[in-house]
Amino acid sequence: MYSFNKTDEQRMLTDTVNRFATRTMRKVYREAEEGGAIPAEIIDTGWELGLLPASLPEDYGGFGEYSVLNGALYAEELGYGDFAIALEMLRPNQVAIPILLCGTEQQKEQYLPLFCDEEMPKVSAAFLEPTILFDPADLATTAAEEGDNYLLNGKKVMVIDGDEAELLLVYAREESSGQTQAYLVPTDAPGVIIGERDKWMGFHALKTYTVEFENVAVPKHNKLGGEQGIDLHKILNSSRIALASLAVGVARGAYEYALDYAKEREAFGEPIAHRQSIAFMLADMAIEVDAARLMTWEAAWKIDETGAGAHDAFLAHRYAADMALAVTDSAVQILGGHGYVREHPVELWLRNGRGIAVLLGAALV
Amino acid sequence: MPIEFKLPEHVENQTNLSKMLAVQVMRKISRHYDEHEHERPWEYINVIWPFMQQIEAADLKRSMRRNGGNGSKPKEGKKRPSTANVRLLHMIEALSWGDAGIYLDTPSSALAGAAINAVGTPEQKERFLKRFTEGEPKWGAMAITEPQAGSDTSAIQATATLDPETNEWVLNGEKIFVTSGSLAGKESPGIIVVWATLDRSLGRAGMRSFVVEAGTPGMTITKQEEKLGIRASDTVSIVFEDCRIPYDNILGSAELVKPDEKKTKGFKGAMKTFDASRPMVAASAVGIARAAFEFTRDKLAEQGITIPEYAPHHQLSAIQCDLIQMEMELKAAWLLTIRSAALMDAKQPNSIEASMCKVKAGKAVTAITQKCVELLGPLGYSREFLVEKWMRDAKINDIFEGTGQINTLIVARRILGYSRRELK
Repeated sequence: MYSFNKTDEQRMLTDTVNRFATRTMRKVYREAEEGGAIPAEIIDTGWELGLLPASLPEDYGGFGEYSVLNGALYAEELGYGDFAIALEMLRPNQVAIPILLCGTEQQKEQYLPLFCDEEMPKVSAAFLEPTILFDPADLATTAAEEGDNYLLNGKKVMVIDGDEAELLLVYAREESSGQTQAYLVPTDAPGVIIGERDKWMGFHALKTYTVEFENVAVPKHNKLGGEQGIDLHKILNSSRIALASLAVGVARGAYEYALDYAKEREAFGEPIAHRQSIAFMLADMAIEVDAARLMTWEAAWKIDETGAGAHDAFLAHRYAADMALAVTDSAVQILGGHGYVREHPVELWLRNGRGIAVLLGAALV
Repeated sequence: MPIEFKLPEHVENQTNLSKMLAVQVMRKISRHYDEHEHERPWEYINVIWPFMQQIEAADLKRSMRRNGGNGSKPKEGKKRPSTANVRLLHMIEALSWGDAGIYLDTPSSALAGAAINAVGTPEQKERFLKRFTEGEPKWGAMAITEPQAGSDTSAIQATATLDPETNEWVLNGEKIFVTSGSLAGKESPGIIVVWATLDRSLGRAGMRSFVVEAGTPGMTITKQEEKLGIRASDTVSIVFEDCRIPYDNILGSAELVKPDEKKTKGFKGAMKTFDASRPMVAASAVGIARAAFEFTRDKLAEQGITIPEYAPHHQLSAIQCDLIQMEMELKAAWLLTIRSAALMDAKQPNSIEASMCKVKAGKAVTAITQKCVELLGPLGYSREFLVEKWMRDAKINDIFEGTGQINTLIVARRILGYSRRELK
């Protein structure tokens, strides 16, 4: 059947996250953005929602079942709240989900219970590289076999909370195979250099770092998935769905804000929404948000149901990225000069919306 | 039902049948009927008629049941959720992939049937719709547009007046752009649903629809249009000159209410058929778009240009980006369309969703087919391929059943909660 209704459980999930988004994230996002930090208590409250443990099986300390579709549902609500805080909330996913999807049994048993603790684990992923032509399948960071170890060399950016992280999942090109593999690297290993804090166009509240690896020796058993390694595209599917959902959330927020503004703001004696030039923009925004959501749901459903869906996820991410940019831009345009000043949130959403296309790997569900 | 994107098996089987028909019958005669505008594609009509009779019979039975009329009672026990609209849209999409113009010649009660099923009495259903379940192929048509009233249906000038002596309605006026009008009104014993006003001063509130049977004296087909595309489709002008029809041919109540009482029921009943017909147009649009996209994709693949499953943006050529763009638009339009149909099947309101999919699909099919002509170069522009025809056929989808602009306006009013006075 074709059906577009959430189950009761899914509705409960999105309602819960939506409450967190509107009551908590939306209260602090601007101050966090200007101050360059997310208040610790916000992170704690978010972690208490238990979104990640709910995606992990009981065998590893969780209390649920992994579902990309459910991930899409809660990611949209997080994105609706605030993109920076959403990326922070999804930080542990960046490590837990690849382990769940590609880890050996031993790695799952060793690491996954970490993600079911009361404290948010101090882990992060190192995926993106400071380059123009970034290609997940052809990374500049390398892993060379040497004896019982891999030697990692390279430079990563966008390592969320890299300054506090104790364990990193580092993606690198395995020299023997030329494939992208992932390695679990403790940050106290010699050669791991936590560098400067990154400066991005958007999400200033999120602390991300440049991290360099200089001949970092990683024991072979820390290669994710053991000898077999990872299925990179499974991981990227999850990231594409996460980013697409965040995009839908960000865009939905911008659309709603612009809609409310257009009904209140008067020009020439009546609300600007009485004009087709404004009203039609809003209608197109509404249509595009829905279209991107449906594409994301379909791709997520297909991944859950069949394991296929890579192309659908690719299309959904691409479409949602374009959509988020267009919709947030329209929101700024509808607010006019007021959209350009930082008193209103839409300029922030435009900056964040632009990021969706280029941040592959930065969020997973 | 949870969120799901699974095509039920019985829908898939029926869709496969439509696909077969599209390949084996429609595509073979596509160019011929594009070049012989007013001929009828009997090869297609005769093959599809038996299937349409079955569908009409099922629709009629279901609709009678809603009236509590003499249709058979619903079976006790497990009730399978309805898939009638989702099924119909898949069929339309597949047939339009074959040929959108020929698809419009499908013998069925069409929009007239939708209107009668929506608001008709059991007696009316029996009298007007039973014919579509038996005998020779027949057509139904809907006559709304007039020379001076397109999207603004409240400007309709055609009148219906009651002759108390004979208890008949007398219709006068001119209708244009009536799809399958000649097939329904002259070439087969079909029916035409005609919109007319009982009282012009009441605007929309005075509007009603009436069923006129083929061959009724006073109804004349005056013109067969010559069009940019969907040339196989029959588009005519009809003049009503003291055309007398029985009193019982009015759909809905004849009682008039003042517009300020906000009970423009007759008009709303008519608008309700748009909730069903707009997704149908969107599905047809998607079918044409898919035909053009697949053809272009395959032709380019022969030249070594393929769509990667996924790739970083910098590794894509301009043509690959175009192909991906088309694929995304196609998917977006189709999912919006399916959503509007699934809502109808679930008996949930779908007005805004119907307009949304119509806006999106109309735009998407126009852009996709135009891009395909370009991507295939001189051959794309040539009449050797069907792509140029699909581009011409596509355009109508952004026009009929409400232009893209009118549907955008409807979406805008809905999301803003505005009346037509607040948002003109």
